[in-house]
Amino acid sequence: MTYIYSFLFVGLVCLIAQLLFDNLNLTNGHITSIFVILGALLGFFGLYDKISYYVGSGASVPIMSFGNLLYKAAYYGYKSEGIIGIFSNMLQTTSAGITAAIIFSFICAIFSKPKN
Amino acid sequence: MNDINYKKIVKKYAPKEKKLKHAISAFLVGGALGLFSNIITTFLNKMGMSIKDATVVVLILYIFLATLFTSLGFFDDLVSKCFCGLIIPITGFAHSICSSILDYKKDGLVTGIGSNAFKLAGSVILYGVVAAFILCLIKVILYG
Repeated sequence: MTYIYSFLFVGLVCLIAQLLFDNLNLTNGHITSIFVILGALLGFFGLYDKISYYVGSGASVPIMSFGNLLYKAAYYGYKSEGIIGIFSNMLQTTSAGITAAIIFSFICAIFSKPKN
Repeated sequence: MNDINYKKIVKKYAPKEKKLKHAISAFLVGGALGLFSNIITTFLNKMGMSIKDATVVVLILYIFLATLFTSLGFFDDLVSKCFCGLIIPITGFAHSICSSILDYKKDGLVTGIGSNAFKLAGSVILYGVVAAFILCLIKVILYG
């Protein structure tokens, strides 16, 4: 059942983004920024945990989970270390995605020539 | 040629926006990415990996495939066909870093690659961190 839920959830998020993109004439920077802030808001209200309970690992695929993870890591840091913890723990859980993106794109870019 | 005729001709030759087709393809591609992440996670979990680690492995796999296809040159065609289905998942983040590195590669290692890598992905990180920080402060002030 989580398979169907994850198909529907990620599909619906992409559908909403596509409708916003086509009807409001936004660039893809605007779209991704809006969805990251939306993810942080969903994390703030505790909704993203409920979604990922039903959806499983599919909930971590959209860029919304980036905002949610940033918020959760910051709040966890406050709970364990106080105000300093917000600064030192903010990027802890999202570092896998950022590091992988930097490393792979650097390696791929070094060994390939741009088309056109 | 009068005004009304001109408008008719412009309307006839302007590219028709295929909103419905775009929306359906974004829904299907995004849904397929979510579905595959669940299938791979379940498979890795049966092999003896914890769900949390398997999720990270799936994200790294998606990022690797997106950068590979971008540097081979056919990811841009896929993006123009099913736009938000590939931009909203984590593949869009990797694609934006890789494509801006490829675009500015000719300007050298530091002034080209180094200073332009986060041109598009920077907005995601900046607004994510700012929003998370403000929401965290609100939560701390309201609930402690």
